[in-house]
Amino acid sequence: MNRNYINLIALISFAMLTIALTSCGESKQSGAMTASGAAEKVYVAPGEYDEFYAFMSGGFSGQVSVYGLPSGRLFRVIPVFSQDAEKGYGYAEETKNMLMTSWGFVPWDDAHHPQLSRTNGVTDGRWLFINGNNTPRIARIDLTTFETAEIIEIPNSGGNHLSPYITENTEYLVAGTRFSVPTPQEDVSINEYKEKFKGTLTFIKVEPTHGTMSVAFQLLMPGFDYDLAAAGKGKSHGWSFFTSYNVEQTNTLKEVNASQLDKDFITAVNWKKAEEYIAQGKAKVMKTSYYHNVYDENKQTTISYKKDEVLILTPEECPGVVYYIPTPKSPHGVDVDPTGNYIVGNGKLSADMSVFSFDKVIAAIEKQDYEATVDGIPVLKYESVLDGIVLQPGLGPLHTEFDGKGFAYTTFFISSEIVKWKLDDKSVVDRVPCYYSVGHLMIPGGDTREPYGKYVIALNKITKDRYLPTGPELAHSAQLYDISGNKMELLLDFPTIGEPHYAQAIPASKIVPNSKQFFKIEENNHEHVTKKEADAKVVRKGDTVRIYMTTIRSHFVPDNIEGIKIGDKVFFHVTNLEQDWDVPHGFSVMGARNAELLIMPGQTRTLYWEPTRVGVYPFYCTDFCSALHQEMQGYIRVSPAGSNPDLKWWTGD
Amino acid sequence: MKKFSIIIGIVGSLLLLATFLFPIWSIGLEAPQYPGGINMYIWINQISGDTPHTLQNVNILNHYVGMKSIEPESIPELTYFPYIIVFMTLFGIAAAISAKKKIVMTWMMTLVIIGIAGMVDFYMWEYDYGHDLNPNAPIKVPGQTYQPPLIGSQYLLNFKATSLPHVGSYFIGASFLFMGATYFMLKKANKSQNEELEDKK
Repeated sequence: MNRNYINLIALISFAMLTIALTSCGESKQSGAMTASGAAEKVYVAPGEYDEFYAFMSGGFSGQVSVYGLPSGRLFRVIPVFSQDAEKGYGYAEETKNMLMTSWGFVPWDDAHHPQLSRTNGVTDGRWLFINGNNTPRIARIDLTTFETAEIIEIPNSGGNHLSPYITENTEYLVAGTRFSVPTPQEDVSINEYKEKFKGTLTFIKVEPTHGTMSVAFQLLMPGFDYDLAAAGKGKSHGWSFFTSYNVEQTNTLKEVNASQLDKDFITAVNWKKAEEYIAQGKAKVMKTSYYHNVYDENKQTTISYKKDEVLILTPEECPGVVYYIPTPKSPHGVDVDPTGNYIVGNGKLSADMSVFSFDKVIAAIEKQDYEATVDGIPVLKYESVLDGIVLQPGLGPLHTEFDGKGFAYTTFFISSEIVKWKLDDKSVVDRVPCYYSVGHLMIPGGDTREPYGKYVIALNKITKDRYLPTGPELAHSAQLYDISGNKMELLLDFPTIGEPHYAQAIPASKIVPNSKQFFKIEENNHEHVTKKEADAKVVRKGDTVRIYMTTIRSHFVPDNIEGIKIGDKVFFHVTNLEQDWDVPHGFSVMGARNAELLIMPGQTRTLYWEPTRVGVYPFYCTDFCSALHQEMQGYIRVSPAGSNPDLKWWTGD
Repeated sequence: MKKFSIIIGIVGSLLLLATFLFPIWSIGLEAPQYPGGINMYIWINQISGDTPHTLQNVNILNHYVGMKSIEPESIPELTYFPYIIVFMTLFGIAAAISAKKKIVMTWMMTLVIIGIAGMVDFYMWEYDYGHDLNPNAPIKVPGQTYQPPLIGSQYLLNFKATSLPHVGSYFIGASFLFMGATYFMLKKANKSQNEELEDKK
């Protein structure tokens, strides 16, 4: 009897536990279609290639990460604005200058918006540009090497958020200041904001063959906050569109004070017209200071150029260049559809979304259909340029991309979802939840003339319970949805590096054939290259010692070095003589207070070392290169300061 | 008939010159971490690879097991073999024009002897590379040698080595067949000539 009673309790407990566990499992939404159906769509078999490269900004990591789609596999983190000890980027003598600015060496930034280079409105796979927010900069990444090739600083900017938003044939990148500041900078009261603070919209010219950037001109604008941009396409090519908030021009408690007016502005800039004014000599030269850092592939070294002036255009003096389109409530993203006609304003505090028509904008300009003028800039009449309103699609619209089939996809941060709507009649046709708090979204080519409307990726700010917990700090995430059918379907959810702020994707076929496998040693014209082992040497000039070293599987030449003393400044110029794919060598020496070198085949990289202790110290190869990698090592002897040791070096007997 | 046989003989001789355009032999090495394999091509006057750096990469691999570095400059055959080919081409043209069966046959026998001698020479180089190993090599496998096969495939440690004639060799073979055709046509022509003579008798 007693035993039956216990059994009964056990049975009930078990049942309750089962229910509890089951319901617990149900409480967490997977959000995906049937797991096996989704798995099949994202499965890329071992050894097979993904269909797309996705380049995701690292946000506050300052880097760019490269993923495959649809698998979500991470291939590489490209160091851009942040020093990367793993690769020696920003530590080696050859790459240090890439992080030089008018402020000095700035080894970090906040990288937001990657933009692929374009030809005739479609991505061409040559370069990737990305902005640095905090110390205003734009970087160019070479997509044959996946390395940062150039960084240009933006003068007269308080923060480069609105950037680089490329034009249809890579003519220009833009850079709008997120924070208006006294321009030029001066010591004034912050309360003089309305009188003294200005915003700049900068146009960066891109040289068509090599991609080299230069500051073409700046528009000196009213002191608003400039947020995001989009370049025109097709019929609207020649125009760029910029959002601005804080039209209230407040300088404190902006979360309240900058959210008061019903409408802020989308700024429409006719840059072809601006070019005409420049050609007529209407621009003024302003003294300023900024850096331009270019990696010379021939010399394998970054050269920094210091620049000291910029051309300024003032809208008042250049009629026909700048117009304002009133847009409800602090618009965040502005997006132009593939035809170039629809301009979508994502009013982040508005319940509705306004869609403007480029044709109507042009008609209103011709009829001078203005409702006001602000600082000499005509404000077009809202009703005249409005094409339609997407009524109450969600809460907090941020960004829109397009599938090329007549649909737009907009992210809603507050309601944490993507909403699909029809461009022609502005009707909402589908919605899916995002886990959680989506910012940008990305359809491969979704901001170009020819979107690949197969997938959309939601770039989420918050993950909470989505992955195994890792303490207080959690990964941000990307979520891949299939949009090939009528309904969007969640396929995959994967963690990202830093903040996946925005992304770009491109068919792999546009990149793979041009991907470099190694650098030809005969084309290496580094100032301190060593092209064969017989040329390896150690040279002293005063207290500067240059070690010309080579690496090849599995030894250094020289691997025994004597004659160094305390107080010397030692440069290890290491050339990797390998001429095969995927045979980098690493180099590190004990007591070096920077990072390792990671040297690609055919490359020369330099590590600076100040010996601080007398004795004999090892150096070794850090990148597992071969079966005898562990033997790839050497010694350097350090003698006391003031001693006079013979300079000697050797490898083997 | 005779004219045609001369033309065939001349064409056949000229086919030998194709060995300046195509390699005569190939040696391929396959291992999982070398997608596409490492392929070396032996010409009458050079050794090449899929890329300009193939030899360097093969030599890096070979040094682990103590094999000598392959240096085309140190192989005299690559210097004088082109002369042999040119000689054989001229000799072949002369033989064809002479329209003498015996001379044509001499040319064919010479080509066979050169072919056999070439194979023996190639085998000896392979033997030398595969057996003359540095006693201080990092990787020493008792009893293991690294001679690639003359024709066919064989595993050398983790590599599957495959050695095969390449396009140039097929041209040499075709050259031989062309000249063979010349020989038989001449023979037939002679025979019918003899028959005619006999008929006249």
